[in-house]
Amino acid sequence: MPTAPLNQYAEGELMSLPKALQNREFRSTHAGAFSERLIVISLALCAVATVLITVGIIYMLITESAGFFRSDAVTMSGFLTDTEWTALQSKELEQATFGILPLLSGTFRVTLIAMLIALPLGLVTAIYLSEFASARIRSWLKPTLEIIAGVPTVVLGYFAILVISPSLQMVSDGAFSTFNATSAGIAVGILCLPMVCSLSEDAMRAVPRSLREGAYGLGCTPFETSVKVVVPAALSGIISAFLLAFSRAVGETMVVALAAGTLPTMTLDPTQQAQTMTGFIVEMIKSESEYGTVQYYSLYAVAVTLFLITFGMTLCGQIIRRRFQESYQ
Amino acid sequence: MSSVTPAIVSEKNSDDLSDQTLIHIEKLNAWYGDFQAIHDLSLEIPKHKVTAFIGPSGCGKSTLLKWINRMNDVVPGARAKGRLTIDDDHQGQRKEIDVLDPNLDVVGLRRKVGIVFQKPNPFPKSIYDNVAFGPRLHMKTSKSELDELVEWSLQKAAVWDEVKDRLHGPALGLSGGQQQRLCIARAIAVGPEVLLMDEPCSALDPSSTLAIEDLIFELRSQYTIVIVTHNMQQASRCSDKTAFFFEGRLIEAGNTEQVFTKPKNKQTDDYVRGKFG
Repeated sequence: MPTAPLNQYAEGELMSLPKALQNREFRSTHAGAFSERLIVISLALCAVATVLITVGIIYMLITESAGFFRSDAVTMSGFLTDTEWTALQSKELEQATFGILPLLSGTFRVTLIAMLIALPLGLVTAIYLSEFASARIRSWLKPTLEIIAGVPTVVLGYFAILVISPSLQMVSDGAFSTFNATSAGIAVGILCLPMVCSLSEDAMRAVPRSLREGAYGLGCTPFETSVKVVVPAALSGIISAFLLAFSRAVGETMVVALAAGTLPTMTLDPTQQAQTMTGFIVEMIKSESEYGTVQYYSLYAVAVTLFLITFGMTLCGQIIRRRFQESYQ
Repeated sequence: MSSVTPAIVSEKNSDDLSDQTLIHIEKLNAWYGDFQAIHDLSLEIPKHKVTAFIGPSGCGKSTLLKWINRMNDVVPGARAKGRLTIDDDHQGQRKEIDVLDPNLDVVGLRRKVGIVFQKPNPFPKSIYDNVAFGPRLHMKTSKSELDELVEWSLQKAAVWDEVKDRLHGPALGLSGGQQQRLCIARAIAVGPEVLLMDEPCSALDPSSTLAIEDLIFELRSQYTIVIVTHNMQQASRCSDKTAFFFEGRLIEAGNTEQVFTKPKNKQTDDYVRGKFG
């Protein structure tokens, strides 16, 4: 039985295709495969380059600091346990002592003060931004924080000497010296604040809404929800933010070179000078110490120590992230 | 389950004569911003029964559910007018909780009216800590009391046997169906009277769904359950009362059997037969 044609188009026309599909001028897929391979190879080369650079830096640090430890004036145990570092202060090698502890103590004094400022303030700000702030408040608070992140560190260092130090001196009746660990620490803390805040906020915003609803449904107040559910759920992200900030503070150079002073001191007193490891490296490179002397090479030993600390922090961060990261459906 | 069913059925018959209303809804209107999600809705929800809300997406059934324990408080722009009250036997004295009262103790309300969500949402903590979360928040309990409460809740939620050997393992390591039963255990651990369930099975596979439905059936001897579902078979399987919503209005409410077999309204008839929605 003849039926009406299903096709609404006239015979031979089949369907009116757009021009591009009628011409069928598709690119050769063979050439595509070749260029694809070329792209993959160049991507791999770039990746290898970063690895090579890292390996090169580590190689240089190790070989050069080996030169330092080969010197008769230095022993490994002395380096690790002596409480004096006089590489810059003593011209004669015989009088110089190379104990890393004062530099370490300087670094950790500054870092500790910085963390005391950046971690609580950063975390609280992040909680506020992620859980409580209205869109309007967020829209000006976040850019403000980003401005801090954009301030050149040299400006912050200057700020530490010209504003923070005098303020501290005024408040404490002159107990603080002009260059001191506290003002440098405060400035470094301000520097780390945006990092702690934005990374923690990202981690908290990644916590699914359903968890917050679950907490509300059980009778949590918004504050209890953030503290008992959101923060614990975002803990891995928050801890890695803390560790990154810590590494940043340990490695921070310009602020401490300007504001922390140039005297390596073995003390816990935050009102006094505190040369940090990074501060020493700057100082040594800028000094008149001759290239090739043991004093000069000591900067590599300091650099290795610094590298090991930040590397350790990065590693810890990785482990924590892997261990505590929750996968949500 | 099979051993429990007959008892429930006979109980159902005797209870039908004396439906005691627990939740009264009168002329409720609700909005999200300018959009009116619920129009002039009146409904009575009976005590110790399973009431199913059915209807196509956007019909207002979830909105209504979330007003019963004020979950909508956290939704910007959500507001409601009308009357929504829950009977409360407070030490022998009958009282009424005015749910929409802006000065209401919402924490107390949510302790009384628990909620289970569409997607299982256990906290990224251990199984034990999930169930203990609510009790730790609301009451002072000794370690042994808390242990007992956690076990009781998990048993009630029919998941105890599967998790008793790994109470301190991560809740997120459980299967979807187990997670959902854990969420039910977490909700009943604070001693609610009402359990709201917002499409509790829509993210689960068929066998987990069946387990949850069995559970809902068993729980109603002690809890008043309100369940929102898209799944008509589910509503007919596990509810006593059914309310059909369409475009923010209550179209028909009644005994589940009647709504599904002899609906009074044409729209209800079309919907339960699967003609739309």
